[in-house]
Amino acid sequence: MLFELRSVALEPERLIEHVRRDESGAVALFSGVVRNNSMGRRVLYLEYDAYPEMAQKVMRQIADEIRGRWAAVIDIAIQHRTGRLEIGETSLLVAVSSPHRKEAFEACHALVDRFKEVVPIWKKEVWEGGEEWIEGEAMKS
Amino acid sequence: MKAKVRLFARLSELAGMREAEVELGEGLTAAEVYELLSRDYPKLAGLGEILRYAVNGEYVTAAHPVGENDEVALIPPVSGGAGAV
Repeated sequence: MLFELRSVALEPERLIEHVRRDESGAVALFSGVVRNNSMGRRVLYLEYDAYPEMAQKVMRQIADEIRGRWAAVIDIAIQHRTGRLEIGETSLLVAVSSPHRKEAFEACHALVDRFKEVVPIWKKEVWEGGEEWIEGEAMKS
Repeated sequence: MKAKVRLFARLSELAGMREAEVELGEGLTAAEVYELLSRDYPKLAGLGEILRYAVNGEYVTAAHPVGENDEVALIPPVSGGAGAV
């Protein structure tokens, strides 16, 4: 498995190659991409902050959870960007391999949802005339 | 007996710092570490309802005891990835 935070462009080809095996007939790759609008506002760019040491641990924990739920999953790789990201850049990559597509799609989807609930990373939206740290749903531990 | 506190995102901007030290005295819980820090940095006050706590990189409950040289993190609701949260 591979879990990384990077301040430079993410590497989809590397993640795909990392999780691919000769027995994996499917690799699902999710890309989270910076969008130019949010809640009716025109977004100029985003900034991501992270707690890197803990993010590494939590990514590993949720990947283990997902493997517990989808035993067919062969390998998992995750990268997230930090710092300033422009519109159209990729902030998150999640790659999951399995023998057949169903498990790869389902596990990748569940992993992205879980990532957004618990991995200690935060996004600030900057628009013309203002900025705001976006805070997701408050979750109990 | 001291512990380190780490601040991120909105909290680090409100406090104007990313790290602080607190004196634990007789011993404090994670939530009490936050309350103590918010007395010195009043802009941090009032966030107890939304915060989660981590000690040494693991999520813990608000009542978790903090020990000497522990690293406490104040975790506002996370928002990694792109798109709607």
